[in-house]
Amino acid sequence: MALLEVDDLSVTFARRGQRTVRAVDGVSFSVDAGEVVGLVGESGCGKSVTSLAIMGLLPKQPGLRVGGKAVFDGSDLLQLDDRSRRDIRGRDVAMIFQDPLSSLNPVIPIGLQVTEVLTRHRGMKGEAAAKEAAELLDRVGIPDPRRRLKEYPHQLSGGMRQRALIAMAVACQPRLLIADEPTTALDVTIQAQILELLKDLVRDSGTALVMITHDLGVVAGMCDTINVLYAGRVVETATRRPLFRQPRHPYTEGLLASVPRLDAGRGERLNPIPGSVRDVLPWPDGCAFAPRCARRVDECVGEPPELVLTHDARSYRCVNPVPIPGLTPEAEVRASAPTTAEPGTVPAQAEPADPPAAPGFGPAPREEETP
Amino acid sequence: MFRFIVRRLLQLIPTLFGLSVLLFIWLRRLPGGPETAILGERGTPESRAAIRRNLGLDEPILVQYARFLRRMIRLDLGTSTGTKRAVTTEFLERFPGTVELTVMAMILAVGIGIPLGYLAARRRGRFLDHASVGGSLIGICIPVFFLAYVLKAIFAENLGWFPSSGRQDPTIGATRVTNFFVLDGIMTREWDAAADALWHLVLPGIALASIPLAIIVRITRASVLEVLNEDFVRTAEAKGLTERTVRRRHVLRNAMLPVATSIGLQTGLLLSGAVLTETVFAFSGIGAFVAESISQRDYPVLMGFIMIIAVVYVLVNLLVDLSYSVIDPRVRVR
Repeated sequence: MALLEVDDLSVTFARRGQRTVRAVDGVSFSVDAGEVVGLVGESGCGKSVTSLAIMGLLPKQPGLRVGGKAVFDGSDLLQLDDRSRRDIRGRDVAMIFQDPLSSLNPVIPIGLQVTEVLTRHRGMKGEAAAKEAAELLDRVGIPDPRRRLKEYPHQLSGGMRQRALIAMAVACQPRLLIADEPTTALDVTIQAQILELLKDLVRDSGTALVMITHDLGVVAGMCDTINVLYAGRVVETATRRPLFRQPRHPYTEGLLASVPRLDAGRGERLNPIPGSVRDVLPWPDGCAFAPRCARRVDECVGEPPELVLTHDARSYRCVNPVPIPGLTPEAEVRASAPTTAEPGTVPAQAEPADPPAAPGFGPAPREEETP
Repeated sequence: MFRFIVRRLLQLIPTLFGLSVLLFIWLRRLPGGPETAILGERGTPESRAAIRRNLGLDEPILVQYARFLRRMIRLDLGTSTGTKRAVTTEFLERFPGTVELTVMAMILAVGIGIPLGYLAARRRGRFLDHASVGGSLIGICIPVFFLAYVLKAIFAENLGWFPSSGRQDPTIGATRVTNFFVLDGIMTREWDAAADALWHLVLPGIALASIPLAIIVRITRASVLEVLNEDFVRTAEAKGLTERTVRRRHVLRNAMLPVATSIGLQTGLLLSGAVLTETVFAFSGIGAFVAESISQRDYPVLMGFIMIIAVVYVLVNLLVDLSYSVIDPRVRVR
């Protein structure tokens, strides 16, 4: 049993007189203890809403509907009452946010913002809490923590603020940490430091980490398993190496191709994915990515593509995936995901029958057949 | 902090100087003068000129101004042309009443306005929200003197729960120390006198509180709604803090900044503008006295009053700025 099991999570915003917005449309993924899982996608694909829904932090408003399940350690976070949810938040599941300046209370010293978590969940008060808070700041690499405790967010640099936020999140040694674009608001050198810090914390404490980002560099440096989101659904799940070497979903391929490369020639142009994230097809009508997809075929439209589980611990949602060089489409084990399957995990029966993926051992290379 | 206060108080000097020049020219340019008010229709040109000479109004304006400045330095505001008493004496008798009334009104406005505005924001779109927003609109629209008459008619004259006029029942025979009647009663341990003075403040206090209350409700509501959407409130929620802690520590404190500004402005406004309420309740404050002195062209009283109001405004704003620095470290003064 995974630590966190998100199953068919959906978030819709209904407004009177307006079209209902499906921000998250059936997201499923799982996180094991100590694992670093990435949720990757463009702005607006539902990454942040997914994390806020799991935490129960979506702003309460009429017309908001959250469906599906998010089972953490045996209990469904979405079904909990407000009180038990508050007990879990900050203690077992903690979150780090995007913009460290606006995420810190400007009128309260850093010290109180750290100790209030300790007081709430660990019953620490006064000097004991202050001592622990200073140790936490020290652990996240804030020099002179005693002095910093008395300071206010505006007196800290951007990197320091994010470190302070991380200190608040790890104060109770949570088992799951959700980081929502933790480095977006920071400059590149600080980004690297913060990622290094997160890696260290996760390694030392065995905390599982869900890393939400649009930055493939962050993903490449940190994540064990990666879920690529598009239009509110996971379109591809894979471990790090296979995903970067052989992306199967055309969207993943497009994301990877659009990353600017230092070793590219001077005059070389960037390769953006054509169209914008707004040009989507509603999932029930077919693949949401189809309008922007270079590999679109007729089958893409009509009904939603089913989840394809393959041998090398990955799954994708595409009827015409990017071929793996040296491997014919027929050679793959294809299995339509039964509704009870756990996406993001490898079905046990898929593994033994697998033909080896290495070129040369499989059938002779052929050209891709396009209907 | 101390240097900040001293600096702000020193700023008063050029402010008052500029104000006095402006006022002096302005008032002297007004048609008519105290002699018309004193003599009325009966005055002959000769008697008018005599009075003007008597009051020193025939001298060149620069000489008059120099004399005014000399007196000001000795904190002497001159003699009222209407009552023939020293302006400072008049003010010391009447201003405390207005201050008491203002304090009462602001206590009501803040004490009710902030919680109500906060609750309205929390229950946005529900009954309490609509009621308080609608109610505050009515509060702003109703003329204060009308509300004062209605309150007086119902609660004083019909029901008899509250006294209908004055600052204190004269039959109590309270001892006067500061002319702040409630304070006097407490200082001299004449509890019945203090309670009676307080009782006299209730109805005019409510009437006077209506507009500041409405404004504070609206500002608090808007400010809380804005803060509720801030990222740091989400952070506080993500920490699993209790709702109570999130509200008090994170929402309310941040929402108080615009409210503090508004409280300061409203207080200044009430101190200078309680005329109508004071008239309705025959409350011997400064408002009615000053209104009278305008028609009398009582220059010393008007000058003195406006100068005092200027000082009060500066002091109230100083307090607001100091409260800012207590609430928000980013604007903390050095």
